[in-house]
Amino acid sequence: MKGSRSVGEVAPSVAHFDKPLPLASGVTLEQFDLVYETYGQLNADRSNAILICHALSGTHHVAGTYAGDSRSTGWWDNMVGPGKPVDTDRFFVVGVNNLGGCNGSTGPSSIDPATGRPYGSRFPFVTVEDWVHAQARLADYLQIRRFAAVMGGSLGAMQALQWTLTYPDRVGHAIVIAAAPSLSAQNIGFNEVARQAITTDPDFHGGDYYTQGVIPERGLRLARMLGHITYLSDDAMMEKFGRELLTEAPRFSLDVEFEIESYLRHQGDKFTTRFDANTYLIMTKALDYFDPASRAGGNLSAALASAKAGFLVLSFTTDWRFSPARSREIVKALLDNSLAVSYAEIESTQGHDAFLMENEDYFAVVRAYLGRIAGEVGA
Amino acid sequence: MIRPDLAVIADWIKSGSKVLDLGCGDGLLLSHLQQAKQVSGYGIEIDPQSVVTSIRNGVNVLQMNLETGLSGFDDHSFDTVILSQTLQATKHTESILRDMLRVGREGIVTFPNFGYWRNRLQVMRGRMPKSDAMPYEWFNTPNVHLCTLDDFETLCSLIGARVAERLVIDPQGRSVQFWPNLTGSLAIYRIQPRG
Repeated sequence: MKGSRSVGEVAPSVAHFDKPLPLASGVTLEQFDLVYETYGQLNADRSNAILICHALSGTHHVAGTYAGDSRSTGWWDNMVGPGKPVDTDRFFVVGVNNLGGCNGSTGPSSIDPATGRPYGSRFPFVTVEDWVHAQARLADYLQIRRFAAVMGGSLGAMQALQWTLTYPDRVGHAIVIAAAPSLSAQNIGFNEVARQAITTDPDFHGGDYYTQGVIPERGLRLARMLGHITYLSDDAMMEKFGRELLTEAPRFSLDVEFEIESYLRHQGDKFTTRFDANTYLIMTKALDYFDPASRAGGNLSAALASAKAGFLVLSFTTDWRFSPARSREIVKALLDNSLAVSYAEIESTQGHDAFLMENEDYFAVVRAYLGRIAGEVGA
Repeated sequence: MIRPDLAVIADWIKSGSKVLDLGCGDGLLLSHLQQAKQVSGYGIEIDPQSVVTSIRNGVNVLQMNLETGLSGFDDHSFDTVILSQTLQATKHTESILRDMLRVGREGIVTFPNFGYWRNRLQVMRGRMPKSDAMPYEWFNTPNVHLCTLDDFETLCSLIGARVAERLVIDPQGRSVQFWPNLTGSLAIYRIQPRG
């Protein structure tokens, strides 16, 4: 995008919380840390804050780069920055790593102060609602009473939606991208295969592998390879890799032969160096449990009755993980409550991953909607 | 400056009512209705650029295809459903009109009158008509279901709709009273389910 820049060099901060956090599972987390980053300036009446929620494997590092590492670009750098759709010249943007994460917020690989050892298998399961409560603590810490918008894609979008139900007075708008109101049996099935890959790895040790000096690398690698298949559309994969072989002719071998095999192995390998297997288990369970309608006897419209925010819902035509039909379920429930909602179904070949990619129509919609919000909050 | 048919629609809409605008384009009608009549409502639009413009104009817009039906909308969930200069470009015209009267308590439909004398004259001269309201060539027009006032009213009775109000205007925006099927270029109807 012309005229847009990177937010430049950024650095994370850590907020420590001593007040116990009761979780949906019944367990209470006595104390926890959240690692976060901010971009742009909070205005005088503290009304221009936007919270970015991350998806399954995302982090608090949304935009910019870290000093001395030019390749450390944030995961949504194309969306967030000066002159970008989420314009940091106008908004104060907050990125946060969720509870259970492995990038600095308290998670299974963190040291449990009660034992002096990593939590491992003793780290509690967390839900989307738990994350929202934790994020609200961070908002208090930053003295943000109300977010102009909470936004995210995929699992991040579920948090944005949950914000409007848990804290209806603390969020002006929710931008819900490539989401579903709950996972389908097929979605849960894929997650379960990924989890089984991890938990059946001999190096898993019931989740307490940290003290064994190993990681369930094979399992985590398989889980990520499977995930990547569901993030892309059949067309996008064919377009990107086709049936291309690495060599001239088939070698009749189990080594890497097709480009797609090479891509998946590479993605799997890369993932094991940066992600924790227990976190992967916890994040996928949070996805599986997300189902706001279950609070209202399965009636999503009744479940969304407490929402007051304005909504922008976006889906992508080739997303088969969370298809446009799932987004339309959310839109329908919002319409039933006469809430302000705009919905765009973006033409894309990229599948679920489209929410991370630059796309003219997609970015124009987000830019237009945030332009409106900027007008409302005087940003 | 708002289009003359849009001014009439705004006049017909009750303050504070709930409106659905099918084919809302850049959202200017809804934006006008929100300010002048405090209506709440949504626009439906398929074109990506128009969706962006509608959002910019402060309108709730839903990117959906009218032709696949309004199945996402419950019966009688709107006071008024508007189809403004879109009828002639719809493929499933009959089912869209039926759906309008299912979803809304009433419908407002505007369309260019194919029976307008200048159009008839152009056909008599052997050419397909072109005008400000129908600026396209026959080979690139999006208009696939053009009709006259009489044609439209016949369809209304076929689908069990009653014409509650009708205003026909000429290209200068003046209301025409005599032989409107001949002297009017644009028709604005308010229709309701019969009985």
